[in-house]
Amino acid sequence: MEVSAAGRQLVRAAQPYLYTAPVLILIATVMLVPLSVGLSYAFQDIQLLDPFSGGFVGFDHFRELSADRSFRAALLNTLVWTGSSVALQFIFGLILALLLNREFPGRRLVQALVFLPWAVPTFLVGLDWAWLFNPVVGPLPGWLLALKLTHDSNNLLADPSTALIGPIVAAVWWGIPFFAITSLAALQSIPKDLYEAAAIDGAGVFKQFRSITLPLLAPTIAITILLRTVWIANFADLIVVMTNGGPADSTQTVASYIFTTAFRRLDFGYASAIAAVLLGLLCLYALAILNLRRLFVQRQA
Amino acid sequence: MLRRILYWSAHYLLIALYVLFALFPLFWLIKVALTPNDLLYSEGIRLWPSRIGLEHFRFVLTNSEFPLFFRNSVIVSCSTALIVSLLSSVCGYGLSRFNFRGKPLLLALMLITQMFPLVMLVAPMFRLLAPLGLTNTLTGLVIVYCAFNAPFATFLMQSFFDAIPKELEEAAMVDGATRFGAFRRIVLPLTLPGIAATAGFVFTAAWSELLFALMLNSSSRASTFPVGLLSFVSKFSVDFGQMMAAGVLALIPACLFFLLIQRYLVRGLTAGAVKG
Repeated sequence: MEVSAAGRQLVRAAQPYLYTAPVLILIATVMLVPLSVGLSYAFQDIQLLDPFSGGFVGFDHFRELSADRSFRAALLNTLVWTGSSVALQFIFGLILALLLNREFPGRRLVQALVFLPWAVPTFLVGLDWAWLFNPVVGPLPGWLLALKLTHDSNNLLADPSTALIGPIVAAVWWGIPFFAITSLAALQSIPKDLYEAAAIDGAGVFKQFRSITLPLLAPTIAITILLRTVWIANFADLIVVMTNGGPADSTQTVASYIFTTAFRRLDFGYASAIAAVLLGLLCLYALAILNLRRLFVQRQA
Repeated sequence: MLRRILYWSAHYLLIALYVLFALFPLFWLIKVALTPNDLLYSEGIRLWPSRIGLEHFRFVLTNSEFPLFFRNSVIVSCSTALIVSLLSSVCGYGLSRFNFRGKPLLLALMLITQMFPLVMLVAPMFRLLAPLGLTNTLTGLVIVYCAFNAPFATFLMQSFFDAIPKELEEAAMVDGATRFGAFRRIVLPLTLPGIAATAGFVFTAAWSELLFALMLNSSSRASTFPVGLLSFVSKFSVDFGQMMAAGVLALIPACLFFLLIQRYLVRGLTAGAVKG
């Protein structure tokens, strides 16, 4: 009896670990171990086609990086690409969620249709939009010209000053559903009687939105935006497929620069160094957002 | 009354714009896939070609390896979705119900896996999988995709379990059920919409992954369809009609799956959304 009681206690103490162990083991062996190996590459000379490479080079890559013009340009592009994609996806996603939050005939069908882009594989998204922007096989250049938004019907992906717009539009098209789904879920969990009470107090639609919807949505939105920003900053598919970083490196982001360095120049050491810097920057960003959110939640409470 | 009419016409107008914006690129994909080769460029910017044909689809289905790639993709995505849903349910439940030493560390580790470009993992991953004989196999891909998707799926599942009152399984445990029994028979069925949402996210992510499918498999025997699509670029001197036809075919299961689960997405997420 004594033994089985002790045994039962042991099982109870081990329980949390039994539940979480499978996922922990999986991500530790398949992600964290390769990640540490990858980080160690940042201090080594690893070039796939060079048999003499492989020695430790200390901080050489990082020194090279601090003088690398392409890297600085890519950093700026990453800011523009991530900032505008996330902002536009979020704004249009939130508007869509607000529209879908009201009951109307055909709502279920509309919801299924507008969420569809999310199911399209990203490189297919890239191919598709590259076609749409192509003046020979796509309608967009002609339309933009007709609306007087452009002066000629050239491919905007071929012009260094406008090329980044292409992948951003594609990213927004693909990402709106994600923000709409998460915002809609958050909207639907706001108690309806809050709005009724506000309406009785004479608050208009915009007042209700500002003083009920936004504050209650903010904590969820902060987390969603945090995860999405990090994800989009690391996301190179659309850029690699649509412009390959060109023309003349004008659309190269840090993520696509890592991709080119690793797979076109086959320099994995340098690519890992860039990735390590990006990881550091994103961690700083995440800390900032989490702290802001904590401040916000505390002020509300 | 007038305000109401104005409001709803604006509402419907906006909705119509969204639907148009969402569907037009998909329409264009289908249009290109249906356009015969001789009209591909001459009628490139017409909304609908003067003549359409199914020849691209016929070629892709009979003369290319696409059916094999398609089958591989179905196997990989379904297995990944199944395994991840299972593991993340169990782990999410553990995180939701227990406080234990090392929990903050576990959460931090899971967050870190979301923070870096996966490109960084390609070379180390190859070195890890090659000696185990897992490169050029579907099993290797499934393992890798499971690891990529497990952290996000676990966070998601944890928020669903957070929304279910603890009293439910405590009552069952008083009646003599073990905790795992209560979890399996009482809590899990209640989170089915959430599990469907999770499986949906994971399925679409695995279905469209290109980089690792490309780098870990050099033989076409174990290629998934995103890799197969790229093969139209090199092997057939970029046959865009066929490529788009293959793309349209590849969209069908993803869209079907998505249409099936999309209403659970919102309902499932609603439960755990505003948890702070």
